[in-house]
Amino acid sequence: MFLFKLLLKNAFRHKLRTLLTMVGLIVAISAFGLLRTIVDAWYAGVEGTSNTRLITRSSISLGYPLPVYYADKIKKVDGVTGVTWMNWFGGIYIDRRNFFARMAIDGPSYFSLFPEFNISDEEKAAFMADRQGVILGRKTAQRFGWQVGDTIPLSGTIYPGSWTFNIRGIYTVKDARYDETLMLMHWNLIDQSVRKRLGSNAANQVGLFMVSIKDPARASVISQEIDGLFKNSVAETRTETEKAFQLGVVSMSRAILMAIRAVSFVVILIIMAVMANTMTMTARERLAEYATLKALGFSPGFVVKLLFGESMLIAFIGGVIGIGMTFPLAQGFLMQTNNVFKVFEVSQITMVYQAIAALFVGVIAAIWPAWKMSRIDIVQGLRHVA
Amino acid sequence: MSDTAGVREPVIRIEHLSKTYTRGGQPIPVLMDINLEVGRAEFVSLMGPSGSGKSTLLNLIAGIDHPSSGRISINGVDIATLDESELADWRAANVGFIFQFYNLMPVLTAYENVELPLLLTNLSRRQRKTHVEACLAMVGLSDRMDHYPNELSGGQQQRVAIARALVTDPTLIVADEPTGDLDRATGEEVLKLMDELHRDLGKTIVMVTHDPKAASRASRMIHLEKGVLVDDPGADGH
Repeated sequence: MFLFKLLLKNAFRHKLRTLLTMVGLIVAISAFGLLRTIVDAWYAGVEGTSNTRLITRSSISLGYPLPVYYADKIKKVDGVTGVTWMNWFGGIYIDRRNFFARMAIDGPSYFSLFPEFNISDEEKAAFMADRQGVILGRKTAQRFGWQVGDTIPLSGTIYPGSWTFNIRGIYTVKDARYDETLMLMHWNLIDQSVRKRLGSNAANQVGLFMVSIKDPARASVISQEIDGLFKNSVAETRTETEKAFQLGVVSMSRAILMAIRAVSFVVILIIMAVMANTMTMTARERLAEYATLKALGFSPGFVVKLLFGESMLIAFIGGVIGIGMTFPLAQGFLMQTNNVFKVFEVSQITMVYQAIAALFVGVIAAIWPAWKMSRIDIVQGLRHVA
Repeated sequence: MSDTAGVREPVIRIEHLSKTYTRGGQPIPVLMDINLEVGRAEFVSLMGPSGSGKSTLLNLIAGIDHPSSGRISINGVDIATLDESELADWRAANVGFIFQFYNLMPVLTAYENVELPLLLTNLSRRQRKTHVEACLAMVGLSDRMDHYPNELSGGQQQRVAIARALVTDPTLIVADEPTGDLDRATGEEVLKLMDELHRDLGKTIVMVTHDPKAASRASRMIHLEKGVLVDDPGADGH
């Protein structure tokens, strides 16, 4: 009790210095949390993958389409339980900054493959009945204030022209790992526009197939079988698990992610150095006090506890406020980046990492001064005051 | 508190004590073959010019420094043989410290400063309170117990330090230039208080001072020069 009282009073003895150290810690811990959240957001697609789904795409690159009739052949592979497909629509809503993912899908087969999307049967039926209907993710609907029945005008990019879509349903997801920002439209609609514009030879093309399988353990064998079907054809395929596919997409940004991770650790290292300096200055100033305590009979361990306690107290307060600050900071960042991230949540694991980082800073900053002060010669320490 | 009866019963017995520091690889003898006895309830002042070794001798007696050779026995305990942890426990139970610059904890009140040494004992909070209040009353600071050191004058701070030195009822009180940072009048008050500790409470006090007037308040004056005892009127009296 006395120890706590003394370290509490010591911690706030130089209010400005303690306050500035805390501010530094708050900035560092919240920046660390924000940077980790950005990295997590990048990997959010990977986290939300299913181990019973495969992705089949052109073996050349994602930019090369595949014939839609491949779906029938893939369906016949042993272990495959369903196939659907999609095309990236692109498009611009008023301004490029109003970005959200827009995809053309085959409605019936798509929804049966993605049970993580919650959508009512009525909305599904309304979507199926309207060629220009779309299903919209909750976050995107909220972002633009859209409701079922509203129309969305888009100017086409990959598929030129002016497009108008009717919102027929708004989906939610079962947990935060899944994307709640998509706009899903009918694949038939865009296929007909291609047919009309470029002729039937350019039609019936899809960006990629999504394949559901019964047994995740057979994913590799099934992938090889699917690719084997189209070997030596004009459009060879590459099939992989949904997770491997998403990781491949993320790996394109690997250097950026590594840089972000590195910066997040550098921030912690910097505050660690600042805090260690603060604690060292503090200990040096109180040399005579620690010597007095030791002369009175207090053990070196008591002095160690005093310094560690003070450092941990500052780290604890800074850490808690820093973690709390991460949420508004992340919200502000997301708004500033025009909601470019589909999933942008400060995860529990990020908060745990932040707490560990604060704890780590508190411990490391106190090690040297505590060790030094526990070993001070009483006579030398007492002379310090004189 | 101790009784005042036994006047010359030895509390401190120092035999062939030497202390040598090493600086830049060179041994520097500070104390050489010191032999000294201090009786119970004696008030001894250690005098000598700067560098004579008086503070070093005081530190050795107080158990905050280690001799290079020789024996220091306090109340029959050879403290030169104790390790750091044993010495810390021994100091807590047997020595009260009065420093030149008071050495109070600035974040603690006068009451809390006096209570500090008692936190190392098994006394209850209530018992500690009784002791602390009694000691603060003794030094005339009952009305200042909630004040922080920076709210007290130098003399008041030194009185708090005296109360702190007294609160565990130690065998020995060591004082290093207790009036060195005080004006003459305030210093006189502090010396008077120390005189009372010795006379009324029978405390054994060893005080280092430069001031002959302060030294004259002691019952025995010991002079050191260049690490050697040159004048000890009590040397043959034990």
